[in-house]
Amino acid sequence: MPFFRRRSVVCREAVELVTDYLEGALSARDRARLEAHLADCPHCTEYFRQMRITIEAMGRVEPESLSPEARDDLVALYRRWQAG
Amino acid sequence: MADDAEVLARLRAGDQEAFAELVDRYHAPMLRLAGGFVPTRAVAEEVVQDTWLGVVRGIERFEGRSSLKTWLFRILVNRARTVAVRERRTTPLEQGDDPAVPAERFGPDGTWATPPAPWADSVDQRLLDNETAQLIRACIDRLPDPQRQVVLLRDVEGLPAADVCAVLGVSDGNQRVLLHRGRSRIRRMLEDEMGKG
Repeated sequence: MPFFRRRSVVCREAVELVTDYLEGALSARDRARLEAHLADCPHCTEYFRQMRITIEAMGRVEPESLSPEARDDLVALYRRWQAG
Repeated sequence: MADDAEVLARLRAGDQEAFAELVDRYHAPMLRLAGGFVPTRAVAEEVVQDTWLGVVRGIERFEGRSSLKTWLFRILVNRARTVAVRERRTTPLEQGDDPAVPAERFGPDGTWATPPAPWADSVDQRLLDNETAQLIRACIDRLPDPQRQVVLLRDVEGLPAADVCAVLGVSDGNQRVLLHRGRSRIRRMLEDEMGKG
């Protein structure tokens, strides 16, 4: 069922669609309507850019390292589990 | 992280160093995820330790049908849920409708009244710099539990959508809604941070 009942997308709607858009979950028609809006709206374009940056920033978060003590404790446990 | 097959082979051979590498990579993320299910840090530590024990015991039987990472998180979430029941704590259901952007940012016709201030290129770079990892982790920690779980697994850990649904036991649609709300909140928090100049 198409998301848009009106002919065009409004900004307040567009910001709710960014995830579905990036996930490829919009119908071809809805995607076309959203892209038409983005082509005309620098604010929503900026918003979508900020969302992409946010997602990329989260992807770059390195795993926190364990303290050497915590690591050693777990490895000691591992040795016990292997033996037991 | 080295190729799954290689790590698996070393783990099955009882290679202590392989286990240490696994712990190095996943212990903190697992602790963070467990924290969303159980009431205290101490209990979360217990859950993660139980998970490592489960990994050591289960490694022979692991068939590699999912990635090693997905398997680890699956054990963790199952354990966390079991313990949460014991601790009588349930993850709150997603509350109400959380707009991606507060309604007052739009005019009555639905167009922007207060558009997003552009993030300058220098800010982009700063956000992608690992020094801001602390800030992003803090933002993620402030999300409601269901949103945090999905954001952690999808965007931080990079698990594919189908694996996240399997690990958390949610539908694809549900997962996408949580992801959307979580991401939207993080963007807002970053916007607020940057507004502090």
